Amino acid sequence: MTRLSWFNVVSLTLGFAFLYIPMLILIIFSFNESKLVTVWAGFSTKWYGELMQNEAFLNAAWVTVKVAVMSSTLATVLGTMAAYVMVRGGRFMGRTLFSGMIYAPLVMPEVITGLSLLLLFIGIGLDRGVLTIVLAHTTFSMCYVSVVVSSRLVTFDRSLEEAALDLGCSPSEAFRLVTLPIIAPAVISGWLLAFTLSLDDLVIASFASGPSATTLPIKIFSAVRLGVSPEINALSTLMIAVVTVGVITASLVSKRAMVRQKQEEQAAARVT
Amino acid sequence: MGDIVSSTVFEPWEDARAEPLIRFRNVTKRFGSFTAIDNLTLDIYEKEFFALLGPSGCGKTTMMRMLAGFEHPTEGSIELAGRDIANVPPNKRAVNMMFQSYALFPHLNIWDNIAFGLRRDKLPKLDLEARVEEMLKLTRLEKFATRKPHQISGGQRQRVALARSLAKAPKLLLLDEPLGALDKKLRQDTQFELMDIQEKTGTTFVIVTHDQEEAMTVASRVAVMDEGRLIQVATPDRIYENPESVYVADFIGDVNIIQGRTSAVGDDTYSIEWAEGQRQLNATSATSFDNGQTCHLAIRPEKVTITSDRPEDADNAVQGRVHDIAYLGNLSTYYVELPNGTIIKAQTANTRRISRRSFTWEDPVWLSWTATAGVLLAN
Ligand SMILES: Nc1ncnc2c1ncn2[C@@H]1O[C@H](COP(=O)(O)OP(=O)(O)O)[C@@H](O)[C@H]1O
Ligand SMILES: [Mg+2]
Repeated sequence: MTRLSWFNVVSLTLGFAFLYIPMLILIIFSFNESKLVTVWAGFSTKWYGELMQNEAFLNAAWVTVKVAVMSSTLATVLGTMAAYVMVRGGRFMGRTLFSGMIYAPLVMPEVITGLSLLLLFIGIGLDRGVLTIVLAHTTFSMCYVSVVVSSRLVTFDRSLEEAALDLGCSPSEAFRLVTLPIIAPAVISGWLLAFTLSLDDLVIASFASGPSATTLPIKIFSAVRLGVSPEINALSTLMIAVVTVGVITASLVSKRAMVRQKQEEQAAARVT
Repeated sequence: MGDIVSSTVFEPWEDARAEPLIRFRNVTKRFGSFTAIDNLTLDIYEKEFFALLGPSGCGKTTMMRMLAGFEHPTEGSIELAGRDIANVPPNKRAVNMMFQSYALFPHLNIWDNIAFGLRRDKLPKLDLEARVEEMLKLTRLEKFATRKPHQISGGQRQRVALARSLAKAPKLLLLDEPLGALDKKLRQDTQFELMDIQEKTGTTFVIVTHDQEEAMTVASRVAVMDEGRLIQVATPDRIYENPESVYVADFIGDVNIIQGRTSAVGDDTYSIEWAEGQRQLNATSATSFDNGQTCHLAIRPEKVTITSDRPEDADNAVQGRVHDIAYLGNLSTYYVELPNGTIIKAQTANTRRISRRSFTWEDPVWLSWTATAGVLLAN
């Protein structure tokens, strides 16, 4: 371990302060006794209690979780399939164009994605609700999944699939019995990524949602416009906690699994 | 069992009525504009141990991959047991391959790796277990059944790969440089093990190697390849004793090549003019040469005798100085420089201790060999 110079210490402190002070303030004020968000009046957890009584928030939370689970699952299936074809499909007509197009939504402004989805839903006469939010989230998160999965597939030893074919697997069996178990950590981390993206999303969801279904970020955003309440602080603190725990476990689990699998695979393949 | 005579001499390639198991007919394989296999025609027979030998990049793996079904000929056809296999996908071919990289499934243990192919055949549970146990026993892996591939050594992994490809009892087993990763001792043991397994199971083996000694040890026939073409296909002893070209002679083992011009002396004896001021050499040849035709005399170093005195009535004798000595333990190779600068290698068995060796650097010596010792080659 080298000791940090004072310059490094200062930059580190500044950087982290910049990142985390806003959230810290929010968390502290969620435990405020007073109804006024900016005046500290002693410690209390009463806003958390009140949150649990708030039907509208609980509904929104339930919708958010449902949407996140469904859209991330759908995005994982589609994204993995797309990645597989892009990496393994060989050279077919327009392959470069297709792989470029898969990644385009990554850089597309969310407002535009949201707007075009809205137009589509209106165009085909789909009532906005849970279904449309799920579709919208699947659309933008599947490209993240396919980025994660294809980066794993690129390093995947092709001869393993050939060995499976050689031993009598059909191509789909080879994928199910050999490829999928080996790339599973990447697929799982793709799912988790899609899940958190869906939890977080405000812009696209507000285009795709209707009166029958609102997600938590939309609910918070519209509540805040009427004035910040300690209840919102409590809700946000809970969301921060969920996302933090989720992201940390996900990265730990998938990183360790991936490192271990890579090692096993490398060890199992002969060095020539 | 058939009659004894035919079981002792296994030479189906000499038998015009024998049906080959594999038949390459004018097969050409191109990758883009690059020709990896060039108009190749070859028959391989049942129960053969056939070796493909050649330098790296000559198309050995490509041939295997075409047999396994991972590549398709650009032109020509491949038949397996009389059937064109162009449209048979890899999973429907009675062919198994042991991959150059082993390609063991890292997420399965040794037992499940070996059972993998059998499960695809929907074998009854008891038969499957019996077969896997049999394979484990054959490759001496019983103790490692529950380990994962990364928990065993390179040699053991290679045996797992072999067991896995043998488990389905294929008609044809393809081995792509199976012993490349092993050290010499383990390699020799495994070569004998392979021959043993091949004999026991009666499977046809096609083995790829770039090690000529390995090809000579295991194979019933050897094909020497270069740049996608077959240069010579013959039994190991014929390849060694009667190479048809300088390329083959040079590729298999150590050889002296002396270039010269022939003139016929007798029916199949020739004298060779090979250097200014040197006596002509004598050699016999079954193939005929024109007078004055350029020829290459190929002589193996172990067929050249080294003596300090001029040998009496030798067919060929030349004088030179010991330029270098390579001591190989059991053998020594003497590099003898002739007055015109040519170096000729002579090999002797070291039957005496090194201190009693008769020649040392700069000693004047005589080299001699018989007229039948070498092979006369046109190209
Ligand atoms: N998929 C491929 N695409 C392009 N060239 C290839 C491909 N596979 C093999 N080759 C080329 O074909 C030649 C023969 O390769 P290979 O059969 O692997 O040789 P080796 O005899 O060393 O096994 C090599 O020059 C190699 O570069
Ligand atoms: Mg090769």
